[in-house]
Amino acid sequence: MFENLLKYKKYRYLSLSLILIVSAAVIYLTQGIEQPANGGTWQGYTLGIFSAFLVLLLTYLGIRKRSYSSRMGTVEGWTSAHVFLGTSLLLIATLHAAFQVGWNIHTLAYVLMIAVILSGFYGLFTYLHYPQVMSKNNNGGSQESWLQELAQIDDEIKNRSGSCRAEIRLLVLSAIENTKISGGLFSQLTRSDNSKIKIQSESDKYTSNKNQERVISYLARALPNSLNHAEASAIDGILSKFSRRQRLLKIIKRNLQIKAYLKVWLLFHVPLTIALLAALTVHILVVFIYW
Amino acid sequence: MPQNKFKVVIIGSGPAGLSAAARAAYYEKEHGESSAHLLLEAFSGLSKTIYQYQKGKHVMDEPGFLNLRSPMEFAAGKREEVLQAWEQGVQQNGINIQYEKEVIGITGEQPDFTVTLKDGKKITTENVVLSIGLQGNPRKLGLPGDDESTFVRYTLEDPDEFEEKTIVVVGAGDAAIENALGLAQNNTVYIINRRNEFTRAKEGNLNAVLSAINNKSNQFFCQYNTNVKSIQLPQSVDEKGAIVLDTPEGDLSINCDCIIARLGAIAPRRFVESCGVEFPNDKPDSIPDLDNHYQSNVKGLYIIGALGGYPLIKQAMNQGHDVIEFIHGKEIKPADHPLLEQQFKLLPYVMDAQDILELYQQRVPMFKRMNALAFRELIIESNIVIALDEQGYQEANKKQELAKAKNYSKFTKLIKAGDKIFKKEEYSNTFYTIVEGEVSLTTEEGKSFKLKAGQFFGEMSLLSGRPRKTDAIAGNDCILIETPRRIMLKLMNSNDEVAQGINRISTVRALQEAFNPNLSSKEMLALAATVKMVEFKANETLFKEGEKGKHLYLIRLGTVSLAKGIKHNKRVTTQLQSGELVGQLALMGNPTRTHTAVAAVRVEAFKLNLQQFLTLIKSNKDQIKVLQSDLADLMQKSNLMGSVYESVDINKFLLKQGLGEATNALVIDENLCVACDNCETACAETHSGIARLKREQGDSFAGLHIPISCRHCEQPHCMKDCPADAIHRADSGEVFIDDSCIGCGNCETNCPYDVIKMSYDMPKKPGLLAWMFLGLGKGPGELGNPVIDAKAKDKGKKAVKCDLCKDLKTGPACVRACPTGAAIRISPNDFVDLVEGR
Ligand SMILES: Cc1cc2nc3c(=O)[nH]c(=O)nc-3n(C[C@H](O)[C@H](O)[C@H](O)COP(=O)(O)OP(=O)(O)OC[C@H]3O[C@@H](n4cnc5c(N)ncnc54)[C@H](O)[C@@H]3O)c2cc1C
Ligand code: HEM
Ligand code: SF4
Ligand code: SF4
Ligand code: SF4
Repeated sequence: MFENLLKYKKYRYLSLSLILIVSAAVIYLTQGIEQPANGGTWQGYTLGIFSAFLVLLLTYLGIRKRSYSSRMGTVEGWTSAHVFLGTSLLLIATLHAAFQVGWNIHTLAYVLMIAVILSGFYGLFTYLHYPQVMSKNNNGGSQESWLQELAQIDDEIKNRSGSCRAEIRLLVLSAIENTKISGGLFSQLTRSDNSKIKIQSESDKYTSNKNQERVISYLARALPNSLNHAEASAIDGILSKFSRRQRLLKIIKRNLQIKAYLKVWLLFHVPLTIALLAALTVHILVVFIYW
Repeated sequence: MPQNKFKVVIIGSGPAGLSAAARAAYYEKEHGESSAHLLLEAFSGLSKTIYQYQKGKHVMDEPGFLNLRSPMEFAAGKREEVLQAWEQGVQQNGINIQYEKEVIGITGEQPDFTVTLKDGKKITTENVVLSIGLQGNPRKLGLPGDDESTFVRYTLEDPDEFEEKTIVVVGAGDAAIENALGLAQNNTVYIINRRNEFTRAKEGNLNAVLSAINNKSNQFFCQYNTNVKSIQLPQSVDEKGAIVLDTPEGDLSINCDCIIARLGAIAPRRFVESCGVEFPNDKPDSIPDLDNHYQSNVKGLYIIGALGGYPLIKQAMNQGHDVIEFIHGKEIKPADHPLLEQQFKLLPYVMDAQDILELYQQRVPMFKRMNALAFRELIIESNIVIALDEQGYQEANKKQELAKAKNYSKFTKLIKAGDKIFKKEEYSNTFYTIVEGEVSLTTEEGKSFKLKAGQFFGEMSLLSGRPRKTDAIAGNDCILIETPRRIMLKLMNSNDEVAQGINRISTVRALQEAFNPNLSSKEMLALAATVKMVEFKANETLFKEGEKGKHLYLIRLGTVSLAKGIKHNKRVTTQLQSGELVGQLALMGNPTRTHTAVAAVRVEAFKLNLQQFLTLIKSNKDQIKVLQSDLADLMQKSNLMGSVYESVDINKFLLKQGLGEATNALVIDENLCVACDNCETACAETHSGIARLKREQGDSFAGLHIPISCRHCEQPHCMKDCPADAIHRADSGEVFIDDSCIGCGNCETNCPYDVIKMSYDMPKKPGLLAWMFLGLGKGPGELGNPVIDAKAKDKGKKAVKCDLCKDLKTGPACVRACPTGAAIRISPNDFVDLVEGR
């Protein structure tokens, strides 16, 4: 039923890439040994033109992905082709360059291409690895259901805190209000937790409530010192709700982290692609002008 | 004061009643009479149903093909404009209307009716036009002072009208809860529940009301086990009144600004019956029998509008006009008569349309005893199809082109003789009746049989929601009535004879298909008459594992799941669908049930005992082998599925998600999905900016995620009460909503999978260049928070749902846009593959 993007249509694009690589190798080898291989022979030109074509084709994925009523294959097919052809490009372009490197625009284009491809490899790894991790993390639920449950628990905690003394009530409210779920991309990736709490009996300032640990330990210690039976049972209830809250926040943050992993590499892959296109253009112009 | 006797009293000032009253006023003037007509309205203003639409609602004037025939004006527009035009119309036409006059009884017969009002007054009249609609009257509190006023209300139009008030909401149904929650934003709210739980509420409402009650920071309180004892009206408008409650802790008085009682409506049927009007059966949607003149079985008592089964405003108004004509003895042709003529135009008769109508009704035994009005409606809503040879077709086609220029919207439908009327595997669900000529049906096995005038076909797909199993081929010069599903279901609900006629034949055909017997049609009919049709609600058990069985079931509609094992360890192993047998093993050797059979959705099935079964198979010995091999396949499949512990639970999960009644549902493999939401974006981008699937919502199990998105159900629940008939199923199976949606929201309520949303039109996106170079609007793939423009607001919200991208040549955009292959679309037939693949 489901076919992942590598297996797409029984490895159609893996096969295509292998054929391309073999053909490229054959063309390269026909250069013989009299003259050192380079980009200027007819073989070099062929490989060069083909590499440039591949780069354009690979870049076109970004457009195809957004042509929502396109009749040109499926995005999965395109991505599958992208991955395998991108990998074959690594070899084909290297053969085109014939291992000649130096401090010039030509090598810059080559290095950028390598960078794009490497970032692509990393992206592919995230695509193949993280969905499973996220599925396990969610275990039948979804980000949306966790957030809903969290909101509900917050309401319940607020309610129950009504039966506690002011000090605890305020503390609990401040813990809820100052829970930080999502920050910038960096904090999503690192799952840093900037949650705070204000414990008035100790200080006027906010202190860290990372992983809800501070509030939980405070409540646990407050439990034996409750004023009366009603408060004790309320604190007990709130405590258990905060524990669930802690767990929920963990799941939610992990989801955010995974989603960030799945996206962040594109922030390198795409700008590098643009840089590559620019460098490639200059490379081609230079070759023609200084011929 | 001696009361004069009216010529006609019209009850209910909805569109139907208003139009009737205006026409009656016209005759009154023309005849120089005074007070010959009277319009009685229970509400304090005109047309309560329309008054209660949400503010600013765009009222539609569907159906487009029908012209308005009424002295009152009506055109599509805002609720306020429509009501204002009618108010002016009341003045201009000199309508004699009295408000706040609820009619509680009608006795007598033409020309001596007595109409009794709630205030005890009696009015005498020669004729009565009943146009009280279907909304019913709100159940009142039943206490002194409970009349509708600014203090006691039975509806709530706009919760924002209240701020910082204390309001008591009485009732525990969805309407009460929704009102109470709406008010709770800015007010102190008490909700009064007669019981100790909210048992009647939808799950969403239930959760919301409980969390509002539990939330102590809200001014939202609930009194359980509480009745209303009395009310004290406020002394003046700005003061508070009070409500006294009978609570388990004793009496409690609450000072409040307003009481909103939502105790449900009393359906009008009882009242109508009390006037002597008969209904054909007990089904809740049955409609009283009416003649050509909208007259009920009580002479002189006419029924029009929604109550008479016509759910749209324009129809109601036309009937209002016509009924007064009939009362004045004018034999006019109904407003839709030209449509009828156009429909019959290309038939080879020289006859008046009305005569053709009568001829056809006589041709078909099942329709013979239908009332003429209902048959007329059937024809108007149907297509008349004629199959001609090549030459005849070309000639007729030319005539058709000429007629089309005249702007009619209904025509005789032309096909070529020998063409397929429908094909195997097609999802159409229209019903065909042959009035002339022959049609031949060819089954999958290539068997072919002929049907003649008076017979019908296509009932299987109509009843089961499954694709066609045969090809239907038109014979030369045959003429057919092609009736849409909705009309046919309505007819079957209101006419027992038609229902029985169809059921009898469909039983014969279903048995024929399942058992392939060698019996004469007479023998088959006799046998079918003894076969019972049984119905099971979702989750009801057909039989239990280990029981001794004496029957087998042949499924007509729905899905039955087979499970093995006891209580907590029950494992769903297979599901069976329409046309398949359940429990046949009991009659084929082993009387002990090997499985538990449960209805996964609502199921209709034929129940056969041993004797009936033997009669069927004895006549064709070869069939026994076929049945045995089918059974062997089933057992193998079921054991395979039952052996993988997880797969069994997946099956259960899928059925719970409604995939048992799905024809095409979106399933996402969580192990592949990278949460890029390209699927949702693709949907929005190909459907005017509104995504019809919500990837992140919906349930998951064992790595399979069923997002909120349409299942394209076999028998779509959403189609049930669509007044505009805007929801259809395409031949290829897609359930979609067309432009005639009037935004009533019924389908949103009826879909059990929360798929349909009411939505404004989204702003149009700029062209790619305008976006790139001028920075206008949103670019491809960008959705964000669009700004709804005034025009879209004016048009109002319409229902939107997935249409399986039926207008894209490529097929579903969601699936095609997924970069990882995580999103696929499946039908129940793919369950085995899906489960095995895990
Ligand atoms: C939310 C919603 C949206 C709709 N939108 C559209 C639309 O856009 N276009 C469209 O064509 N149709 C629409 N409809 C359908 C349309 O409202 C009805 O078809 C139409 O109102 C039927 O008219 P009627 O005259 O038969 O009955 P109603 O309009 O229901 O009128 C009945 C009247 O009788 C009065 N009455 C009832 N009982 C008594 C009694 N015992 N004594 C005295 N008076 C009584 C009532 O107060 C009421 O005023 C919509 C329906 C709903 C619910
Ligand atoms: C020079 C070579 C390459 C170029 C120019 C290139 C360019 C691009 C571009 C423009 C996109 C579209 C991003 C977007 O629109 O969101 C993309 C996506 C992607 N690339 Fe590459 N890429 C190259 C090589 C590779 C390689 C070698 C791999 C992996 C082996 C790879 C894996 C991917 C993946 C997985 C995506 C995401 C697809 C999606 O989510 O739709 N790329 N690439
Ligand atoms: S909208 Fe709902 S009821 Fe209608 S076909 Fe889709 S899933 Fe079924
Ligand atoms: S909202 Fe739904 S039920 Fe109502 S008219 Fe539109 S499609 Fe039909
Ligand atoms: S497009 Fe595919 S991978 Fe992206 S969110 Fe949708 S199902 Fe998941």
